[in-house]
Amino acid sequence: MKVNSGYFRFFAIGLASVWLALFVFFPNLLVVITSLLTRDPSATVSLPFNLNSYWRTLDVLYLDVLWNSIKMAALATISCLLIGFPFAMAIVSLPKRWQTIALFFMIVPFWTNSLVRTYAIQFILGNQGIINKSLLALGLIDTPLQLLYTPFAVILGLCYILIPFMVLPLYSALEKLDPRLHFAARDLGASAFHRFIKITLPLTSPGIVAGCLMVLLPAMGMFYISDLLGGAKNLLLGNVIKTQFLNTRDWPFGSAFSVMLMMLLGVMLWLYYRASRFTNKQGGIHDSNF
Amino acid sequence: MTSPRPLLSLQGLSKTFGSSRVLNQFDMTIYDGEFFTLLGPSGCGKTTILNMIAGLETSDTGSILLDGQDITGIPAEQRPVNTVFQSYALFPHMTVFDNVAFGLRMAKVAKAEIPARVREALEMVKLNHLADRKPAQLSGGQQQRVAIARAVVNRPKLLLLDESLSALDYKLRQQMQIELKRLQRQLGITFIYVTHDQEEALSMSDRVVVMNNGRVQQLGSPREIYENPANLFVARFIGEINQLRGEVVSVESDHTYEVKVEGLQWQLQANHNFTPGTKVHVLLRPEDLRITYIDEDHKDQFLTGTVVERSYKGSTLDSLIRLESGIELTTSEFFNEDDPSFDYRPNQKVAVNWVPGWEVVLPVLQEDDQ
Repeated sequence: MKVNSGYFRFFAIGLASVWLALFVFFPNLLVVITSLLTRDPSATVSLPFNLNSYWRTLDVLYLDVLWNSIKMAALATISCLLIGFPFAMAIVSLPKRWQTIALFFMIVPFWTNSLVRTYAIQFILGNQGIINKSLLALGLIDTPLQLLYTPFAVILGLCYILIPFMVLPLYSALEKLDPRLHFAARDLGASAFHRFIKITLPLTSPGIVAGCLMVLLPAMGMFYISDLLGGAKNLLLGNVIKTQFLNTRDWPFGSAFSVMLMMLLGVMLWLYYRASRFTNKQGGIHDSNF
Repeated sequence: MTSPRPLLSLQGLSKTFGSSRVLNQFDMTIYDGEFFTLLGPSGCGKTTILNMIAGLETSDTGSILLDGQDITGIPAEQRPVNTVFQSYALFPHMTVFDNVAFGLRMAKVAKAEIPARVREALEMVKLNHLADRKPAQLSGGQQQRVAIARAVVNRPKLLLLDESLSALDYKLRQQMQIELKRLQRQLGITFIYVTHDQEEALSMSDRVVVMNNGRVQQLGSPREIYENPANLFVARFIGEINQLRGEVVSVESDHTYEVKVEGLQWQLQANHNFTPGTKVHVLLRPEDLRITYIDEDHKDQFLTGTVVERSYKGSTLDSLIRLESGIELTTSEFFNEDDPSFDYRPNQKVAVNWVPGWEVVLPVLQEDDQ
């Protein structure tokens, strides 16, 4: 038994390591190397190694795109949080069996490719879309509203695609919250508002942070959403990277952007790690004085 | 206590969950300053009553009056009542200090006053030195005491304790029983304690109500319910008891009857009125039974049986004795090292009787056999 489980462990860890090396470490290494090479119209990239691509990312034009995508991603994240929190609370308040069903229904749209679903949003928001047609038919407006190709459309799209990543960590944090703490807080005179501020929020903060990161990070790179819903004006960082690879064919520059984005995400994850370690310490697992 | 003043009055409380009725027209008056215990098996409705008083659960019918004011419709957060929960329910993200200060802050007590009030409450449970700890850094007994400090800091009119000691180990539980009683005297707050542990109920309470299936079985002082159980349920639930069947032969005088038990005639005391021929239960506490050697001359004054088992319990020596009829009796005698006659061996034939008047005689009811 022991020998077998030893083999299994070795096999499982080995498989995971090979997978990570082949599909995570190696590709990313290639991206980093590419970012340090020079653009060559005939051979895609060539030597020598240099940091030119990185300097070019600091151009005001691109910093503007960076700022814009952070802004959009942040707005999408906040919207997801504001919609997701009451939603997760509503799910948790359901009987156990219904909770599973509710979560299941939230996952179902994922079975359809997100690109296809983004096209669907395009149809809904367009000048000839359901919203505009309905409003025109009701006589509430005379000319179609410009909904598509606006920052609003991009944020809506990001929210729609990413909201499960917000709801799931929030749900798991809220589900772990002991309802007896709420009874105790009520008993001690806390109103519903105070119970939320003093008990629910602080105790679900790890879930809030996790959910925000899981929305914020992918939101910056989802180029097809801004392509389809934002038009040319509402670029995300992902659009810049895509353009460098597919249109301009400047692979070192695109790679440099990718590395910058990864570093940005890395910093955020590190901050999250620090924050959660801090809360854990506050929770106090280490004790010497029993 | 000089002429007790009613503090809490529960009137006609009923509660039905689905098809099961957990509380049925429950009435109770609790006096200012007393230690009142709701005792019963799980599911008897005792916790439901506590939650209704706290305002965490609503009753289907009836009303709750606190200090003459109807609080039935007042939400939990506005009642001058605090609870020590079974699970303590301490806020894990706050220090001991902040846990205790929570109620004060919610009650908008002046900021400058809070530290002193918190320290006073923690002093009472001897935890001042741990004010900066998080609940997870405390032992079970310390958490329990934080929960008590947190509940009394607002000086409630009524403190509710929901099986508050059940999570502690035996020794700590006994220590906390004494401490709770001391606290209650010191604070002068009325305590309502809920438990299924009869020992806790007897040792701490001024009055105990024994409940079963949402109904009151008996209300009285610990001594009354232990020595004069009103019915078979109370007798069995409070401590250990031996149960014999008998039949009333004749009425001697008020409350004194000749009763035939195990083929012998005994003169027994009872609070009930019986007529000759009535079937009765004769209940005897293990510590009220006496074992002696068989004395051939007075055979008609003793039950005879065989020692089946003896177990040494330190302060007492417990025996299991099988009577000739097959009924088994448990006896518990205080150990006396100097008494040689104390040493009965298994399989030895012995005589058993009890101090006259210490028996409890109850009528046999139909539901007894269910």
